[in-house]
Amino acid sequence: MLKMIVCMKQVPMVSDLPWDPVTGTLTRDAAEGMMNPACKHALEAALELKERHGGHITAITMGPPMAEEILREAIALGADRCLMVSDRKMAGADTLATSFTLARAIEIFCPDFDLILCGCHTSDSETAQVGPQLSEELNIPSIAVVEDLELHGNTLRVKRVSDNFLETLEMDLPGLVTVATGFHVPRYASMAGLHDAFREPGILTVGAHDLGVSESVVGLKGSATRIVDIFSPVAKKENIVLKGAPKKIVEELLDRFDDKIGSLIRKDLKAVG
Amino acid sequence: MAQKRRSIWVFGDYRNYFQNRVTLQLLSRATDLAKKIDAEVCATVFGHEVDEWVGEYIAHGASKVYVCDNPKLKYYSTDTYVALMERIVSQYGPEIILVGATSFGREFTPRLAKRLKTGLTADCVGLDINDEGLLVQTAPAFGGSLLTRIITPEKRPQMATVRPGVFQEIPHNYQAKGEIVNVPLPGDLPRDRVRLLSSERQPAREQKLGEAPVVVCGGRGMGSKARFKNLYELARVLGGEVGATRPVVYAKWADEDALVGQADRHISPKVLFSFGVSGAIQHTAGIKNAGFIIAVNKNPNAAMMKMADVAIVADASQVCTALIRELKKRIRT
Ligand SMILES: Cc1cc2nc3c(=O)[nH]c(=O)nc-3n(C[C@H](O)[C@H](O)[C@H](O)COP(=O)(O)OP(=O)(O)OC[C@H]3O[C@@H](n4cnc5c(N)ncnc54)[C@H](O)[C@@H]3O)c2cc1C
Ligand SMILES: Nc1ncnc2c1ncn2[C@@H]1O[C@H](COP(=O)(O)O)[C@@H](O)[C@H]1O
Repeated sequence: MLKMIVCMKQVPMVSDLPWDPVTGTLTRDAAEGMMNPACKHALEAALELKERHGGHITAITMGPPMAEEILREAIALGADRCLMVSDRKMAGADTLATSFTLARAIEIFCPDFDLILCGCHTSDSETAQVGPQLSEELNIPSIAVVEDLELHGNTLRVKRVSDNFLETLEMDLPGLVTVATGFHVPRYASMAGLHDAFREPGILTVGAHDLGVSESVVGLKGSATRIVDIFSPVAKKENIVLKGAPKKIVEELLDRFDDKIGSLIRKDLKAVG
Repeated sequence: MAQKRRSIWVFGDYRNYFQNRVTLQLLSRATDLAKKIDAEVCATVFGHEVDEWVGEYIAHGASKVYVCDNPKLKYYSTDTYVALMERIVSQYGPEIILVGATSFGREFTPRLAKRLKTGLTADCVGLDINDEGLLVQTAPAFGGSLLTRIITPEKRPQMATVRPGVFQEIPHNYQAKGEIVNVPLPGDLPRDRVRLLSSERQPAREQKLGEAPVVVCGGRGMGSKARFKNLYELARVLGGEVGATRPVVYAKWADEDALVGQADRHISPKVLFSFGVSGAIQHTAGIKNAGFIIAVNKNPNAAMMKMADVAIVADASQVCTALIRELKKRIRT
């Protein structure tokens, strides 16, 4: 049986998040969360493999207690088991600390996996680093941003586009892939599935102590990078704002900028009459 | 013992050279940064029969190139490249390593950083040196709506992948001299665990969009595929091309070819019409060279509206339709 792990992260639903200027980390408590879109594609790829070959899927997330929601969603979608890695000490982790922590959790709680699937990137930190770094930490091969996955015995064959090259690659399992978005269209959870998933009793939650790791190697303390500040990149231009009925706006636009637009398309755009 | 000179390394990523000159752009930026910390600029080149690239990198600012030329390195491989790079980094101890955020760079660099147990900032859009001599890496976060400045205070080397197109390459100088350090391929590198079965170069995408003087660009705010289609009509009337944001391409309202922003999707129209685009940095990175910008968005505070010369607060699809009608009316005469 193919034993799969899908790593998933909860990300904020809104993009304008408050951050803590002292630690330079985000105060996530304030925003509503959702399953990172790319992780949905990774889960979908796992579900498709399971449908074809049989298998067992463990969904894992590291995050605050509220991230449990996405694990329940994963169950509703067809995951068999889940693991929540949660500890205040793990807050503020960069990808080095995140991949370290996830690797320890996997070694202890699902050591006999065949395939780990990650999303290709998260919508909040967008590093696309956790997958490749997790494979390093576990000392297994990995292939990033794969589209098509085919299993032949113990060998996984994948297709992907890397830079300008269409590649076919294979590796023996155990291994890790990060899954491209746009190829495996995520399914929707059925109402019944969701209902059951949220009624299911406790989810196995583990902390730093259960992983046998000290505070100094996880979270902010275990991270090599530091956020200096976060800022908004927008530099406001002196601009002209037009409002009102579309027809009026368009007339005004063409009247005022006939020279700019008209000269380019070599047409006189002055209104007739 | 004389202190070793500090160095900034740029990973030579030449596989997609004609579409993507990020390595040259990084050599240029590294040259500026090196002045601030009195370092030398070095490049690495791994591959088979790579003299051409060694010369190219020296001509673009590298004063030293570490070359490993071996038939076994003919194809890019993360396993081998990570192992090889780890060896020479450990031997020479660069202060900073910069890698282009190409597909390969984004796969290879995280693993290298992990192997070296150091920090890595992904997809940077800015690099600087602060008062303490640390590399300050600016990277987008939250769908490009915010930028984060990140440092690696203690661990070395400091590492970043950098988006193509952020920096300007310096014109080549074939008189430039550089030292070439030949690195033999270690005999004991672990076997590649990933096997490359086939690799086909995709035909380079047409550059029509990149050179068009008028571009009509649409985002998710166009609302539906059917409404998005009107942008093609508008582009036809204006004699321009259609561009799109990533969600639009994912939703298949437009072809992949229309994507604007990423890596090699830079456009420089004299006039850009932007409909229902929020203005995430991944997108706006591709329109930095646009001349006159007209943006339509129902949200007056969208980043795209602030970048625009004319900001139209209205429904994107309705303005598109009205514009087509009005243009046709005026052009007919
Ligand atoms: C690694 C990475 C690389 C990326 N590369 C790219 C890239 O190359 N190119 C790219 O485009 N994106 C890229 N993205 C995605 C990018 O971050 C944004 O998500 C994307 O550009 C947003 O597209 P959008 O503006 O169409 O959609 P949205 O952000 O959803 O914005 C829609 C806009 O339309 C407005 N709107 C809604 N309804 C209407 C209406 N009826 N009338 C008028 N306005 C309306 C809204 O106010 C909003 O401003 C990348 C992301 C990542 C993580
Ligand atoms: N905290 C986390 N818990 C579990 N998986 C994660 C976490 N962070 C990142 N990942 C995985 O790594 C992928 C890439 O994330 P990132 O490197 O942050 O862009 C995600 O799609 C997840 O599959």
